Amino acid sequence: MPRFNHAPIERSAFLLFLLTFIVISIGGLVEIVPLFKIESTVTPVKGVRPYTPLEQLGRNIYTREGCYVCHSQMVRPFRDEVDRYGHYSIAAESMYDHPFLWGSKRTGPDLARVGGKYSNAWHVAHLEDPRSVVPVSIMPSYAFLMDKDLVTEDIRDHLQALRGVGVPYTDEMIRNAAADIEAQATGESTDALLARYPKAKIGDFDGQPNRLTEMDALIAYLQVLGTMVDFTDIRLETPGK
Amino acid sequence: MASPERDPVTGYKTTGHEWDGIKELTTPIPHWWVSVFLATVGIAIVYLYLMPSFAGVKGFLPGALEWSSSKQLAEDQAVAAAAQAGWRKRILETPLAEIEADPDLRRFAVTGGRALFNENCAPCHGVGAGGQQGQFPALIDDDWLWGGKIEDIHQTISHGIRNEDDDSRQSTMPSFADILAPEQIDQVADYVRALSDPSQEATRTAMPGAKVFTDNCASCHGDHGQGGREFGAPTLNDAIWLYGGSKQAIISQVTHPRMGVMPTFAARLDEATIRMLATYVHTLGGGER
Ligand code: HEC
Ligand code: HEC
Ligand code: HEC
Repeated sequence: MPRFNHAPIERSAFLLFLLTFIVISIGGLVEIVPLFKIESTVTPVKGVRPYTPLEQLGRNIYTREGCYVCHSQMVRPFRDEVDRYGHYSIAAESMYDHPFLWGSKRTGPDLARVGGKYSNAWHVAHLEDPRSVVPVSIMPSYAFLMDKDLVTEDIRDHLQALRGVGVPYTDEMIRNAAADIEAQATGESTDALLARYPKAKIGDFDGQPNRLTEMDALIAYLQVLGTMVDFTDIRLETPGK
Repeated sequence: MASPERDPVTGYKTTGHEWDGIKELTTPIPHWWVSVFLATVGIAIVYLYLMPSFAGVKGFLPGALEWSSSKQLAEDQAVAAAAQAGWRKRILETPLAEIEADPDLRRFAVTGGRALFNENCAPCHGVGAGGQQGQFPALIDDDWLWGGKIEDIHQTISHGIRNEDDDSRQSTMPSFADILAPEQIDQVADYVRALSDPSQEATRTAMPGAKVFTDNCASCHGDHGQGGREFGAPTLNDAIWLYGGSKQAIISQVTHPRMGVMPTFAARLDEATIRMLATYVHTLGGGER
């Protein structure tokens, strides 16, 4: 076997840099090129829409409170998980998530399909005092959300920023953001809201009809999780071939 | 730098590096190590060939085995479904009311139903279905809001109560805050409390609240407060309360009625699963024939 002599490489800073660069570039390309082909590797589905302004604010609270530290939002394609939570998560479901909240720690159950699983009243009771409904729960209480008015002044900026990273919020959606929050949380004059955001859950979420609190927003977000795609009418096949 | 020299003990050359009299040998990597390294490279190439890997020009390379996690899942599910197929078929084909009559079928439905209940229902109705005072009804007693026959229970589980499912059970107790005067509300609350007190059986018809009740409440809750199942209106003449039997709680329900909501399960669970749950709940103690 001919002996490979690396002494010349080790002794020339330029050669060492050049060859290192080439090796790292190959590794980098292998990881990055698939991203250029992302359209052909993601299963397309119908029904995924941008979050309503109220849901988006709830999502911000979910992020702020670190719910993702204990909860994943990713049903994996294993039988035990599919039996427990429902259809496994697919990439297209989180295409408007910035940042995505898939999580990796599962202290509590997965929340990707929690929308519609419980009533608003249950969520209020559970977030106020988890042990009142699930005696063995180790989830912390978030009762203070009932008492914090939702800050909505900056909602247009949030939507604008999300548009900047590719969420298709239209000018109309951004202009009417405040009105849409009002409509979703009160359940009054919801036609325009439902035209912009089909199947949005409406109503008073936190059981305090006279106040718009962070609890309203958080529950609006929880109730939409996993409800956008109707899995009974999509064909899931290995994409891209 | 010193020039390389041959080490008399090992027979290898030194690199020529020297620190404080300590010299470095050019001992080669052991053969076994090099072979293992080359073998891992070989395995990686075989793996790339067999399993899904790089993105190509038109989608990704599926690999010779065409393995995918969704196919694997479908296979696992098919195996599990086949293992239970006989039981599930019998559950689906047996009329609801007769499932319990067959001891084997009953055991299968109740055992599975208990596990399903813990996952889907216990967060509201409690483990063992004891209910949660002030929120969610107990399912172990014979005091039913909507009905305790197995068909009623099956309907409640399938479509839920007061949700957006078109077939869900619906009813609304009106708010009487603007309909009745405060003293009438006070009177009717006293009367409702008297309904479940046997010692007041003879005297309560003379209470001022009796007429208020007959005029406003009896249409749903029944003449004697015995409840009305077509509206899901609770029995008021027993000691079992959904939202509490204190005067305060009753006044609160009359002025700001709370309406229990239960989600629909038809979209989440399949028919055989719902039948197992219905059988489990029906056998808990309060099931009616
Ligand atoms: C310390 C870890 C922890 C944190 C932080 C946490 N949870 Fe939980 N959560 C749990 C555990 C454990 C459970 C299961 C027991 C229960 O139902 O309370 C749970 C259950 C839940 C459930 C019910 C899920 C189901 O399918 O039954 C919801 C909804 C939920 N959490 C929402 C939240 C939200 C929203 C936040 C952030 C505001 C949050 N959790 C923060 C641990 C946590
Ligand atoms: C989000 C909380 C919630 C969940 C989850 C839930 N329920 Fe309920 N359920 C309720 C409430 C609230 C009521 C009472 C509704 C009312 O006030 O009319 C109810 C009523 C019922 C009734 C009717 C009781 C009667 O007296 O007629 C049955 C039967 C029942 N539930 C069974 C189930 C089963 C089985 C499951 C699980 C598959 C389940 N529920 C899950 C909240 C829930
Ligand atoms: C349209 C039908 C309807 C009428 C009329 C009505 N109720 Fe009700 N009532 C209900 C329903 C339905 C519930 C159960 C709410 C639930 O399940 O969440 C209920 C619940 C209650 C409860 C709570 C029972 C418990 O177990 O905690 C009380 C008390 C009550 N009603 C009193 C009254 C009184 C007093 C009146 C008359 C002033 C009245 N209701 C009129 C339908 C009605």
